[in-house]
Amino acid sequence: MDIFIQQVINGLTTGSVYALVALGYTMVYGVIQLINFAHGEVVMIGAMVAFSVITALAGTASPLPPAVILLAGVAAAIPACMAIGYLLERVAYRPLRHAPRLAPLITAIGMSIILQHLALLVWSRNPLAFPQIVDNPVFSIGGAAITGVQIAIILLSVVLMALLTWFVYRTRFGIAIRATAENVHVASLMGVDANRVIAATFIIAAALAAVAGVMVGTYYGITHYTMGFMLGLKAFSAAVLGGIGNLAGAMLGGILLGLVEALGAGYIGELTDMCKWPLMKEVVAERCAADGHLVLMGSNYQDVFAFLVLIAVLVFRPSGLLGERVSERA
Amino acid sequence: MNLRDKQPALYWCGVALVAIALIALPLVLTLVGTAWVRITNLAILFIFLALGLNIVVGFAGLLDLGYIAFYAVGAYVYALLASPHFGLHLPFWIILPIGAFFACVAGALLGAPTLRLRGDYLAIVTLGFGEIVRILVNNLSSPFNITNGPKGITRIDPFRIGELEFYNSDTWMGILFTGPAKYYYILLLILMAVIVINLRLQQSRIGRAWVAIREDEIAAKSCGINTRNVKLLAFAMGASFGGIAGGMFSAIQGFVSPESFILHESIMVLSMVVLGGMGNVWGVIAGALLLSFVPELLRYTVEPAQQALFGRMLIDPEVLRMLIFGAALVLTMRFRPAGLWPESRHRQEFSGEHRS
Repeated sequence: MDIFIQQVINGLTTGSVYALVALGYTMVYGVIQLINFAHGEVVMIGAMVAFSVITALAGTASPLPPAVILLAGVAAAIPACMAIGYLLERVAYRPLRHAPRLAPLITAIGMSIILQHLALLVWSRNPLAFPQIVDNPVFSIGGAAITGVQIAIILLSVVLMALLTWFVYRTRFGIAIRATAENVHVASLMGVDANRVIAATFIIAAALAAVAGVMVGTYYGITHYTMGFMLGLKAFSAAVLGGIGNLAGAMLGGILLGLVEALGAGYIGELTDMCKWPLMKEVVAERCAADGHLVLMGSNYQDVFAFLVLIAVLVFRPSGLLGERVSERA
Repeated sequence: MNLRDKQPALYWCGVALVAIALIALPLVLTLVGTAWVRITNLAILFIFLALGLNIVVGFAGLLDLGYIAFYAVGAYVYALLASPHFGLHLPFWIILPIGAFFACVAGALLGAPTLRLRGDYLAIVTLGFGEIVRILVNNLSSPFNITNGPKGITRIDPFRIGELEFYNSDTWMGILFTGPAKYYYILLLILMAVIVINLRLQQSRIGRAWVAIREDEIAAKSCGINTRNVKLLAFAMGASFGGIAGGMFSAIQGFVSPESFILHESIMVLSMVVLGGMGNVWGVIAGALLLSFVPELLRYTVEPAQQALFGRMLIDPEVLRMLIFGAALVLTMRFRPAGLWPESRHRQEFSGEHRS
């Protein structure tokens, strides 16, 4: 049971990060009906920029308190990512808004490769140890441990999601975003500057990605120039799970995917232990005798879950949990 | 094609010249260095891959970002059936079709649940599929050792036809044929067949159905095209080409490991198709050749150039290669969206007015 609680806590933590990144996918999708392929790379850049700032500030026995340094890292990462989000929109999406759908996808893939390899040049090809500067007290809940970082990640995500919801549903600009998502042409006729709204959406998505990037860095203690790829894929799966284009869906999808992944990783080893399968037990008895376990799939298959969820959703409920019908334009 | 009708003598002279050039190529390259023959062989393998992906992306308009997975399937099927790993040593003409078959099944497996999806969804699902295959190959070493994990499989059998061995050098009529040169000829032979198949496919009923689906799926459907089967067929055929190429890769390298089948390779093949001109067989071949040789040239020029200019290596040629690929994708889509050598229909599609 404590394994269960522990994995739920871990799942909630990674799930909150997925949710933040998934919000980026879903918002951009909402306004231009295209997937921002390079979004994962924005997360990576956020983590990298924060890494540099934090390392620089924390290195020289600095007088600044750790929390301030961490905040400075976030504060640097956000504008950097916003700039990249804007650049993405201008270079990869805006010029191709009326081209066939394949075209912006391909430019975005190109941008994602460029960003990745620029990051490689700037920050080296080796994994970088993200400085662990803040105290990380461990609390115990029902036999499981939850760290201060985990609590902070979950709380901060909730706050950011609430802010975003307020922004989209309660402000003038939010109305403009929703109008554009509903119908670009009509929104333009009503005086909404669609170009501005679309650019702003990319920028907001990038800001969320920056925060997510710092969270990933602090949580796993490591950053790498390829980290955005897997994270982006998973967050996209989360957005699809929740129903792409739907804000609440992205949040729900992110949390659910985090839970599925954590619980999956926690139990897959036990479930695929062939020494416990009634039929297989005899067949593999010889190998069970050695150490009592014959695990078919260990937690190294963790990354597969997100894709299985993605494929399952697409097959059985393409519109996602909370989404409306997805049009099937080819 | 017009030339053939107008001046047949000139046309056939040209064909003969090209044929002679292609036959003499490895002998000339051997003089420069056997490495260049190997590079040429790899370039031909990439042509196979690019042509296979072209069926999916260029003909049928389905963006597949996990194409290298089929290459991996073909390569591992060959490696498992012709290496000391399982002690099996089947001849290559039996394994290559088996590899193609498995890749084809993998293609259909991927295609079946994803066919209803729109372009961008499909792209991400195929991306995920490619990763799943790589993760499987990486991890299927315990508890039962199937793929030998990240260490890969070594000592894979080379091609062998009767007494003719493909890994060593032979001298016929006073001319030295190195191992790679011999592979070159067999690759060239298969390449010819693959090109003919592709050109015929494009003109065929199926090829036209693919184009119809690419341009307007709903219209194609209402014209009586069974879009589901035709799209599945595109996936399966594209995958089979990848499988065959993978098998040959295994044999030529003598070693496979999961590292050869990362996302970058998928992107590289996609860049070849996009840069060359989606849907145009000759364009794709040109794209594949271009993107195969440019990195090699970079390898030989960038390093000395940087050493001379800055006294040290600033940008690894490998990184520069990927940067160039990324830029090539962006710039091609921006300024020549139908590729450097576009197919005529695609050109219309990319330049005309569009449904949004």
